Amino acid sequence: MELGLAHYLSLSAALFTIGVFGIFVNRKNIIVILMAIELLLLSVNINLVAFAAFNGDIAGQIFAMLVLTVAAAEAAVGLAILVTYFRNRGDIAVEDVNLMRG
Amino acid sequence: MEVIAFSILSAIVLISAICVIAARNPVHSVLFLILAFFTSSGLLILIGAEFLAMLLVVVYVGAVAVLFLFVVMMLDVDFVELKQGFLNYAPFGGVVALVFFAEIALVASAMGISGPTENFDASPGAATNVEAIGQVMYTQYLLLFQIAGVVLLVAMIGAIVLTLRHRPGVRRQSVSKQTGRTREEGVELKDVRPGQGI
Repeated sequence: MELGLAHYLSLSAALFTIGVFGIFVNRKNIIVILMAIELLLLSVNINLVAFAAFNGDIAGQIFAMLVLTVAAAEAAVGLAILVTYFRNRGDIAVEDVNLMRG
Repeated sequence: MEVIAFSILSAIVLISAICVIAARNPVHSVLFLILAFFTSSGLLILIGAEFLAMLLVVVYVGAVAVLFLFVVMMLDVDFVELKQGFLNYAPFGGVVALVFFAEIALVASAMGISGPTENFDASPGAATNVEAIGQVMYTQYLLLFQIAGVVLLVAMIGAIVLTLRHRPGVRRQSVSKQTGRTREEGVELKDVRPGQGI
């Protein structure tokens, strides 16, 4: 049996599912939610690179790099918001964040 | 051989991903996240994407995961309390995740996904993966590359703006004030007689 596209796609589907599940079960802990989002982006990256490799088109790897950029930016801004929120509130329980509701 | 390596690596990725979302201590979560990224960079090497594998290690393990580690250790939070709702949400989350996975599997089976098993040479002219990426990144995808740079710049400025604060009572150096001082306001000459205080 040879290593094929289907292997990578099923791995990435499983990883994405784990990430979605992680967002749901860690509703209170925003740090783990952010990590679950990183897992989602990782699975997308694996998908893109697998398609790039098995279809013979390097563009997928470029896109994966852009996804990586966005993931890094998202982590930086998300953690900055988290630090600011912690400073103002003293905890990071995000289950009942309704400050903006007025 | 490749399939064996793939199986081992992907098993490690999936197990560590489960540990990321299930670990009680967020520091352990971050460490499992690092393991997942490392292992998936091995997966990328298996299909010949060496540059992205390297980038995954440098960006994710070197920057993002360390950032997470910093924040987790900096915030003084009772994480055990945050873990409380885990079992409450598990059924709902499990249903959503299962539906999600079923949808992906449905689409995949509807397309008859056997997929190509042959690893094409992405760009025949290039000797290495890095060269192949470089050939298109600075020509065809130059605009995207620049926009990615702008995205990073915006994120950097945003993070600084969000976390910068001016606390009262903190003494900062003011260079213009320092260099603007004159002798008259800096030094005072007193004529002190011997045996007497000021």
